[in-house]
Amino acid sequence: MNGLILSVLLQRLGIALISLFIVSLAVFAATEMLPGDVAEILLGQAATPDAVAGLREAMGLNEPAIYRYFRWLGGLLTGDMGTSYVNDTSVASMIGDRLSNTLKLAGVAALLSVPLAMFLGVTSAMFRLSPYDRIISFLTIAVISVPEFMLATGGVLIFAVYLQWVPALSLASEVSSFGELLRTFALPVGILTVTVSVQMSRMTRAALIDILSSPYVEMATLKGASMPRVVLKHALPNAIGPIANAVALSLSYLVGGVIIIETVFNYPGVAKLMVDAVATRDLPLIQSCAMIFCFSYLFLITLADIAGILANPRLRT
Amino acid sequence: MMLVSGFRLSYWGFSFNLVGIVASVVILFWAVVAIFAPLLTPYPIGLIVDYDYFGPMTSEFWLGTDYLGRDMLSRVLYGARYTVGIALAGVFLACFLGVTLGMAAASIGGLFDTVLSRFLDAFNSIPSLLFGLVVVAAVGSTIPVLIITLALIYAPGSYRFSRALAVNINTMDFVTVAKARGEGTLYVIREEIFPNIISPVLADFGLRFVWIVLLLSGLSFLGIGVQPPNADWGALVRENLGALPFGAPAVIVPSFAIASLTISVNMLIDNLPQRVRDQGE
Repeated sequence: MNGLILSVLLQRLGIALISLFIVSLAVFAATEMLPGDVAEILLGQAATPDAVAGLREAMGLNEPAIYRYFRWLGGLLTGDMGTSYVNDTSVASMIGDRLSNTLKLAGVAALLSVPLAMFLGVTSAMFRLSPYDRIISFLTIAVISVPEFMLATGGVLIFAVYLQWVPALSLASEVSSFGELLRTFALPVGILTVTVSVQMSRMTRAALIDILSSPYVEMATLKGASMPRVVLKHALPNAIGPIANAVALSLSYLVGGVIIIETVFNYPGVAKLMVDAVATRDLPLIQSCAMIFCFSYLFLITLADIAGILANPRLRT
Repeated sequence: MMLVSGFRLSYWGFSFNLVGIVASVVILFWAVVAIFAPLLTPYPIGLIVDYDYFGPMTSEFWLGTDYLGRDMLSRVLYGARYTVGIALAGVFLACFLGVTLGMAAASIGGLFDTVLSRFLDAFNSIPSLLFGLVVVAAVGSTIPVLIITLALIYAPGSYRFSRALAVNINTMDFVTVAKARGEGTLYVIREEIFPNIISPVLADFGLRFVWIVLLLSGLSFLGIGVQPPNADWGALVRENLGALPFGAPAVIVPSFAIASLTISVNMLIDNLPQRVRDQGE
């Protein structure tokens, strides 16, 4: 770990923090865009001028926006996420164990999709323009081109309705045995894995092919190295940076995918909570969920970026 | 004028293969449907025409009926208006903002460029579906809000793409000459930079269109996109989700409509002549 690499890493962390700050501003600004008045909306029919004024006072809405922003941010940092507008309980307790459900779903999908995408990407780069590569490429374009909910509903139609291999809903609480657990999670995790890994495999293939066109790879081929050897020993180590980048970018699909998958399968996670909160316009809950997602996303992206930096031999002396 | 000459230029190189031709035909088909939807629908979209719900495909109702017994063909044809229309408006706005700012940043440089790039990069790190959820929760879901939201979500990407292209053009001699002549930024980006990045920008436009169609459908599927009584294709899938256990056409047809459009645009871009496509990379 030398000085150069340390400064690059610190710079990357600084950028992540600045991004998080701007994101929090944007998420907070959403409440300020609310047409009309939060207090008025909350009271609904009972919105007499006195009641509105009282509630405004109680909620601190009369303070300047900048002051409320910093109090909200401070609350988030200390774990106090405020109180739900709709059922008057603390947001932290509503999110609570749902967070672990979502992390389970997303974590398993990420763990499965990275090796799958690496395998597809590397093999199709190795045999590029072969029928195998063309089939994989057509399938990945097809999957990228359709909305996630269509994959999910299609999956339910085929595996739960026609074949009846798996249940159509995943209720984590009613699972008793390990086999049942597998059956319940197979479809949501499988579909999430597919949506995330197709993009990753395309970018892996592109990164590797880019490296394969460089002169030193040609040299290795000319000296008689076999195709698998050229790809695995010569090209792959140099493609780790771009591949780490591909993994990071694909993780954005994980966040979007989780929202759709949890809704389709009625999965008790944070994303489902958030979508339901949008229907009731429960802003404190939405803001907290949004910040959790943005934070996880930025965290993963920064992690992958750092992996890319560490894998770059020019920085490693 | 610009667009016309751009079209002719790429026309010479259009050695379309079969996939490209099929893709263009599908895109053209949906464009025509979107424009002439009111003339093409056999029944009014809100009219309950059948007492049976989730009806099968019959000679009377070509694509079956939906959860209220309304004609599915009419609803899908009309849905094309919302999906294609909103997505097109969104992508135009996104690319206009992104490309203009991108060229301006490349041409002006300095602090303007740095601050704008940093800010938009940070903006880009909000997952798109999440951003849509937050905005809709705050301001509600109307068609203008949807268009602006979609445009804001995809403008930073377009900015990044066109800035990278414009930075290269900006170092060319003819740009230096124009600046030395005393031309303003607006003139330089419009007359010198834009004509030289137009073809990769058009390819990017197509890709962004696909992403916007997918996001719009996703939002509508979650119930926060186009609101009833109007329905785009995503909303049609949501409405008729109850048909899933029966495998009725009501839920399958709008899904296929989305897929046919997005796959066609992707295939068309993938099969553009190498020369046009690879300039952007």
